[in-house]
Amino acid sequence: MIATADYIRILPEIVLTLFGLIVMFVDPLLPESRNVKPLGIIALIGSLGAVAASIYQMRYPGPAFWNFVVVDNFSIFFHLLVTIAAALVIMASFEYLRVQEIRAGEYFGLILFGTVGMALMSSAVELVLIFIALEISSISTYILAGFRRRDAGSVESSLKYFLLGSFATAFFLYGIALMFGATGSTDIPQIASALRLNGAPLLAYVAYALMFVGLGFKIASAPFHVWTPDVYEGAPSPVVAFMSTAPKMAVFAVLLRILFVTESPSLLAGSRPVWFWWVWGSAAVSMTLGNLGALVQNNVKRMLAYSAIAHAGYLLVAFAAAPEAGISAAMFYAASYTAMNLGAFIVVSHFANAGERYVTLDDYTGLGRRSPLLAMTLTIFLISLIGIPATAGFFAKFYVFSAALKANLVWLTIIAVVNSAIGAYYYLRVIVAMYMRDSTQEIPVMRVPAGVTATLLCSVAAVIYLGILPGRVLEFATRSAQSLLR
Amino acid sequence: MLHLILFSVFAVIAVAGALNLLVQRHPISSALSLIVVMGSLAVEYLLLGAEFVAAIQVIIYAGAIMVLFVFVIMLLNAGVEERTKGSKVALILGFPAMLVGGLLVAWVLLRAPNVGSVNVGAMYGPPKAIGWLLFHDFLLPFEVTSVLVLIAIMGAVVLASPVRSRFSRPQPEPERQALKAAAGTEPAHEETVTARRSS
Amino acid sequence: MVPLHYYLLLSAILFACGVTGFLIKRNIITIFMSIELMLNAVNLSFVAFAARWHVLSGQVFVFFVMVVAAAETAVGLAIIIAVYRTRETLNVDQVNLLKL
Repeated sequence: MIATADYIRILPEIVLTLFGLIVMFVDPLLPESRNVKPLGIIALIGSLGAVAASIYQMRYPGPAFWNFVVVDNFSIFFHLLVTIAAALVIMASFEYLRVQEIRAGEYFGLILFGTVGMALMSSAVELVLIFIALEISSISTYILAGFRRRDAGSVESSLKYFLLGSFATAFFLYGIALMFGATGSTDIPQIASALRLNGAPLLAYVAYALMFVGLGFKIASAPFHVWTPDVYEGAPSPVVAFMSTAPKMAVFAVLLRILFVTESPSLLAGSRPVWFWWVWGSAAVSMTLGNLGALVQNNVKRMLAYSAIAHAGYLLVAFAAAPEAGISAAMFYAASYTAMNLGAFIVVSHFANAGERYVTLDDYTGLGRRSPLLAMTLTIFLISLIGIPATAGFFAKFYVFSAALKANLVWLTIIAVVNSAIGAYYYLRVIVAMYMRDSTQEIPVMRVPAGVTATLLCSVAAVIYLGILPGRVLEFATRSAQSLLR
Repeated sequence: MLHLILFSVFAVIAVAGALNLLVQRHPISSALSLIVVMGSLAVEYLLLGAEFVAAIQVIIYAGAIMVLFVFVIMLLNAGVEERTKGSKVALILGFPAMLVGGLLVAWVLLRAPNVGSVNVGAMYGPPKAIGWLLFHDFLLPFEVTSVLVLIAIMGAVVLASPVRSRFSRPQPEPERQALKAAAGTEPAHEETVTARRSS
Repeated sequence: MVPLHYYLLLSAILFACGVTGFLIKRNIITIFMSIELMLNAVNLSFVAFAARWHVLSGQVFVFFVMVVAAAETAVGLAIIIAVYRTRETLNVDQVNLLKL
């Protein structure tokens, strides 16, 4: 028998699916030229409903559906993250869809259905369900990347993302198969107990490595980051804002759950987990390659793509650190990264205009005078990405580095700090271009519509809030970390 | 003994099919050799006792999915593959990494303790037992796959439908040129392609 | 009696063939077929491990993998058709894939 509580434990997913279906049903009833707003509002209500449902879930912690999903603080944290990100992207897409002549019904439907997968990834505790949820989120992003159909670059970026993505998925799946072979189960807590009883067989090491290859691709960490700049450059900007935040954070949730729960006994005993050096190396290489790559970019979209690789590296530093402080630092980093990166990409998206024409650094010169709102918000996001105090990025980096130092990872911390310094250079370059240099060409700046303004204000509010009062979010993250490790 | 012979024969056929997929230069030949691999894998499943899996392997994989492949190859009129220089990254990093990884996995698989041997039909999987698992224990993943299939349908519709503009007013020439530069292809291009293909 | 190792090795060999195909083939459709080959190889591992642990769930996983593969195929082939529309080629090198 399935209890009512079971349904409540997947309520956000149910709400998102229902509203996705409503969008699909309403779409053919509306004239195609005027359907963006009503469909967008339905989708927005759906994603906000999912936010509310996730908050409501807090009263019903526990497993559901034969231990396939678990509702705990950890899952609620990431549920809120992905659903809020989806809501913000939906809000910011209205104008873009109209200008680019993108079919609104499919666009909003795919975002809602994709969010179902991302939400499920954070609460699933069974590898096969995680695999299906991962595929839902990945396939919907492959399609969204190719939505600017008249542009060859967009379709190509979709193809590239798709081929490399499904290649990585096959590795992840092979990892699941070997883990199943090593332990006889695909349930994460059962894998943990099997590994504790029999010790980790060699097969489990290979399984970890293969799963890390698959998931490392999805979070764009080195050495599986090669696709990121090209895909981000070609894909529609609001979609990039979405796919560089929500699906990525959902994959980080999966990584946290798999890596930490299966290894919780040895972690609590204070020894290093089997995957330690792998994560260490990937973090160091991601930070370095990401920041060095960003230095030479002239295209702002590509620069932000490299910066996304670097930030995946900073986040992985937290994985290598002491478990409890590391998990909460990673979660805090995920929240602040989502806020600042989403905001930055929304500004870039709006400024790029129809056809995504204005994306080079030269186009940004003199933006401070032409559109104070865009320039000011972008400055706040970039400052936060650098990690300057009073913004979310500062505390995010601070917690990660202090967690790493607590675990005596001196070298990794030094690499991370040096990289932050390099990062400051290319972020500041954009700010300098916007305020200090005069524009060389005439670029029309479109009026900023209400949806984009609202999204930007929400992101700025989140960045400032996390930068000044990080206490509540961090405390929630710490409690989630404890519930995860128990 | 018969079990081992059957296993070896179909294992050899499967590997030969997989190698043939790599060697063949025409996509249709590759597709047909992939069907051979899938067919012989179905026999391997039968030898392990997974009769339901063997059946859906033939029906879904060899039947539905490969037909889709062959259909698209025919639709796009894909010709013989051109041998262009491959990506250097794949050659320098990919192959050594793959070789090391493959040897490592093989070594680990051979060393995996107490794996043992299997008889014919070692793990009998009749449809009834599978169905019970699928609609009871695996109810949630089963329902979730419906969302996945829905996404796939939407994606196929969005991506494969012809590009058309909602505002198909004629544009002045300079603006068109700018659009062309920005978008990479011009709208008229699309029509010529369709016209040529249908002729 | 067949040692289970043999099944696992067969699966690993097929997986390696799929990876090789992904790296060396130049036709997008064939590259995509190599990915399907990798998924098939994993399915064999699932069924073999199901026999090792005597749990039927290993065979149910194969079912889910097939559904995912089918969905992936539908979307992938649609993307390939869309690329062909804009580029009129199926060669990855002309689509600038994997450029560094």
